[in-house]
Amino acid sequence: MSATNELPGTAERAQPGPIRHKGPGPSESGWLDPRGRGHGGRALALHRITGLVIVCYLYLHLGVLSMLLIGSSAWGSFLSLVTAKSFLALEVVLIAAVLFHGLNGIRVALVGSGIAVTRERAMFWAGTAIGTAAVIFAALHILGALS
Amino acid sequence: MSTEQQSPAAPDGAEAGPEETRRLRIFRYKRGDGGERFDEFEVPVGPHTTVLDALLWIKRHKDPSLALRYSCLHASCGTCGVLVDGREELACVCSVQDHGAEITVEPLANLPILTDVVVEMNGFFARFPHEHPIIRSSGSPADAHAGEVHLEGAHEVTLDLPGPLHHHPLHDDHRAAPPGADFMRLEDCIECGLCLSACPVAATSHDYVGPAALAAAERLLEEPRGVKREDVLAWASRPEAVWRCHVGFECTRACPADAVPAERIMALRRELTFGGPDDEESKR
Repeated sequence: MSATNELPGTAERAQPGPIRHKGPGPSESGWLDPRGRGHGGRALALHRITGLVIVCYLYLHLGVLSMLLIGSSAWGSFLSLVTAKSFLALEVVLIAAVLFHGLNGIRVALVGSGIAVTRERAMFWAGTAIGTAAVIFAALHILGALS
Repeated sequence: MSTEQQSPAAPDGAEAGPEETRRLRIFRYKRGDGGERFDEFEVPVGPHTTVLDALLWIKRHKDPSLALRYSCLHASCGTCGVLVDGREELACVCSVQDHGAEITVEPLANLPILTDVVVEMNGFFARFPHEHPIIRSSGSPADAHAGEVHLEGAHEVTLDLPGPLHHHPLHDDHRAAPPGADFMRLEDCIECGLCLSACPVAATSHDYVGPAALAAAERLLEEPRGVKREDVLAWASRPEAVWRCHVGFECTRACPADAVPAERIMALRRELTFGGPDDEESKR
């Protein structure tokens, strides 16, 4: 059939259809959609988020250290800021992120190497329990409840 | 209630009582007819109504243009996979009673939409290793050799019927398959594509071959039937294959046939990392 005799919409119908993804936005966010996810999918999403948090903290930390180049007065005023209770609470969040990322990383490394595959769920919950206990202890320690 | 307006559950003999309904939000898309949208339908339901029952009721009583794909009605053919409230389900065995007053039905993710809630499966089947003797291009029955029947359509599976083996391009390369072994399916896997839709890695990486194909490769290692193990392992160790998995186990969770694709991916990794117990034997 020549192009002039084509039925309306023939060219459009020949095009491949769109690919939909889970997630709130573009396809790159597909891993972020919590709908219908189990512990593994949520752990993957949280692993990526905590990874980004840790990387951001690393650069923030390097930037803060550069204040030492300015002098002791700048560093002293900064220390008074970061020893405030509200700022210390952020450190608890950071510790939680590091613990989750590290413990889940151990699970992923073991399971991803084919070790204890059938126990991956138990490892996830064990890591969550250990991490939660460690975060609670750290929070009490940092916020001064244990002193 | 007229016969035409019967609830989808009416055929199973449920007692007629106060009519219970669910609102179904259904994804709609027709090529060349503009964009994507959701249509809403109020559907009468019974205690045993499945999502597929509800979709068929809509098609019969409300909107004949609603396109569906289904076949066996008992979770065996794998053709009716959809997202129900964001989770991968086979519509034929997904009860509406397990969901709320409003149920959202969408096509599977990570595959091109054919129309409405139907996706093109070609991209799913194309991911399988070419050495794999299960999935391959279908042909018309007229093209089929004696002893083989090819089904054209949604599933594109080649069935094996009793008869002599004949020449096929796939037989030439590495395989000296014993008679009758050519068309072994990956046991349990029904090639429904739910695992690919559920996989968070497939959402961001179109090159990733996905859980079903990797599970099929691992199945080949378990029972090579003439396929060279090193070929399968080389295929699985490509950058877009086994190492792309991020251990989310969503594929195993979504799998309606308990084919445990994630566990098979990890078995492939173990094989690649440490070597299998029969590794030396395979080299002889």
